Amino acid sequence: MKILVCISKSPDTTSKIAFTDSSTKFDENGVQYIVNPYDEWYALVRALELKETIGGNVTIITVGTAADDSVIRKALAIGADDAVRIDADATDAYFTASQIASYAKANGFDLILTGKETINYNGSQVAGMIAEELDLPFVSLATKLDISGTKLTLEKEIVGGVQVVEVELPVVISCAKGMAEQRIPNMRGIMAARTKPLTIIAPIEVTPLTAFVSYTMPAPKTACKMIDPNNMDELVALLHNEAKVI
Amino acid sequence: MSTIVYITSSNGLGKSAFEAVTYAKKLGSDVTVVTTGSSDSTTLAMLGEWGASKVLVDRSVNSDDTQQITRIIATAVEQTGADTVVFSHDLIAKSIAPRLSVRLKAGLVSGATSLPTNDGGFTCSVNVFSGKAFGNVNVKTAKKIISLLPNSIQPEAIGSACAVEEFNGGAGETRMKVLSTKKPEGEIPLTEAERVVSAGRGLKAPENWGIVEDLAKELGAATACSRPVADIGWRPHHEHVGQTGFAIRPNLYIAAGISGAIQHLAGVNGSKVIVAINTDAEAPFFKAADYGVLGDVFEVLPRLTEALKKFHATNN
Ligand SMILES: Cc1cc2nc3c(=O)[nH]c(=O)nc-3n(C[C@H](O)[C@H](O)[C@H](O)COP(=O)(O)OP(=O)(O)OC[C@H]3O[C@@H](n4cnc5c(N)ncnc54)[C@H](O)[C@@H]3O)c2cc1C
Repeated sequence: MKILVCISKSPDTTSKIAFTDSSTKFDENGVQYIVNPYDEWYALVRALELKETIGGNVTIITVGTAADDSVIRKALAIGADDAVRIDADATDAYFTASQIASYAKANGFDLILTGKETINYNGSQVAGMIAEELDLPFVSLATKLDISGTKLTLEKEIVGGVQVVEVELPVVISCAKGMAEQRIPNMRGIMAARTKPLTIIAPIEVTPLTAFVSYTMPAPKTACKMIDPNNMDELVALLHNEAKVI
Repeated sequence: MSTIVYITSSNGLGKSAFEAVTYAKKLGSDVTVVTTGSSDSTTLAMLGEWGASKVLVDRSVNSDDTQQITRIIATAVEQTGADTVVFSHDLIAKSIAPRLSVRLKAGLVSGATSLPTNDGGFTCSVNVFSGKAFGNVNVKTAKKIISLLPNSIQPEAIGSACAVEEFNGGAGETRMKVLSTKKPEGEIPLTEAERVVSAGRGLKAPENWGIVEDLAKELGAATACSRPVADIGWRPHHEHVGQTGFAIRPNLYIAAGISGAIQHLAGVNGSKVIVAINTDAEAPFFKAADYGVLGDVFEVLPRLTEALKKFHATNN
């Protein structure tokens, strides 16, 4: 089975969030990049588990510049077989999805996996867009994936519960918590990642539909009001009279 | 100007549906609601009160197959000549809006927190970096899709019941089969909840969650938890909130025995009012909270539940 896993870089979860150039650009100063946790922990690890049980090949793909190669090597260290980088700035979700869809169409994959969203732009857009470009079914926010022949059984989050659905390959799936457990790369994986193939491809021409033009920081929180732990009547009164939430 | 609002009505109509219609109305346009699902016409007609002039209901699909619903909305856009489509940013919108964006070549604002401004044509604010900042997204295309973050605007009733028409949106075939649906009875879905009681490792063991559930019950709140608590299996995964779990924005978030790590805060910092209960005066949650209680959850939670019972008894 040929599996394509879409990965994105995202700033380490403890990164300080700040902007430069009159608040039009994310300040990368001192920021460490990681593989977006949803892509790594859930999509990539589940792909590797499938490969380990039924055989096949796991390719990771990202749209990015040479600066992203270190993140690609991290994903290879966890166990992907090879990697593709479309050499362009991922300007918007549509641009990114179109690049990936174009590659996927030319190379034919049975299963395309993504994380549920990135932790920097939180758009949750790329997977659905790839599916539409390729005219494939799309199951979003899957928390469990089993395969039998060309049939997939998936559990997915729905508002207030879970649903079990069945689809035939090929299909696009975005992965959420529950899908797999995080894997820590070992030394052998890290060594092997250095020599695994990384193919760099020129982008196709696509005009983005949207652009981030500026950023703002939320207003700072006012100081926390401390309440006597023996006096919960006071807290209830404050929540009622002052905060007006009960 | 004409706007389509897509609403799924299989769970009845919630506040998020009224928010989406109010938002569309505030764009200054004629609002047509497109819906799939099982709500009856009398219920759907109520959307007129929030500003819809018409509801189109396609009853041919019985799942949230993204291809079918995308086709139905695209047909409605074509027939009404709409230039904007509004969703409420829920799990269904997240799976359909991106497809529709490609189909219509319409720029998508994912998780809008405000009405658009004319800045550079059409610009809308969204949460980025898991709620740690806002980004302003400029949409460059003539057609636009806005997926509105729940709890971002106040629904306003302005009209009266509207017409409901059966609609054939040409859903086509489904390639997804629903085998079963599990919805825990009587529980409030976390992402829809106005109030949430959340607990962390400070609760020490899964059998101690009774005091959390008692408080949630008294408040009419949903329950949530920190990541380690879900990871070790004390609580189900669907309760995990934070940067790598659900992001929620209730009116009231009570955090009991949770340290307030940056990744946890990222999923809850959109809450209107935060109460933190912790034995450690240095816990980072006190910096993010509106009200803090420095104390032991095993004493404070039952006391708070009792105080609420007293309050409800005298205020009802
Ligand atoms: C990439 C990444 C992503 C992550 N994503 C998430 C996420 O999405 N959500 C999330 O929650 N975490 C996430 N984490 C984990 C996060 O960093 C913290 O480790 C986690 O939130 C801590 O959970 P906790 O507060 O329950 O436990 P702890 O850190 O162990 O804190 C327990 C707290 O309870 C208090 N306490 C103990 N006993 C009592 C008592 N009797 N009464 C009152 N208070 C008491 C303690 O003082 C302490 O503050 C992530 C981490 C990483 C690295």
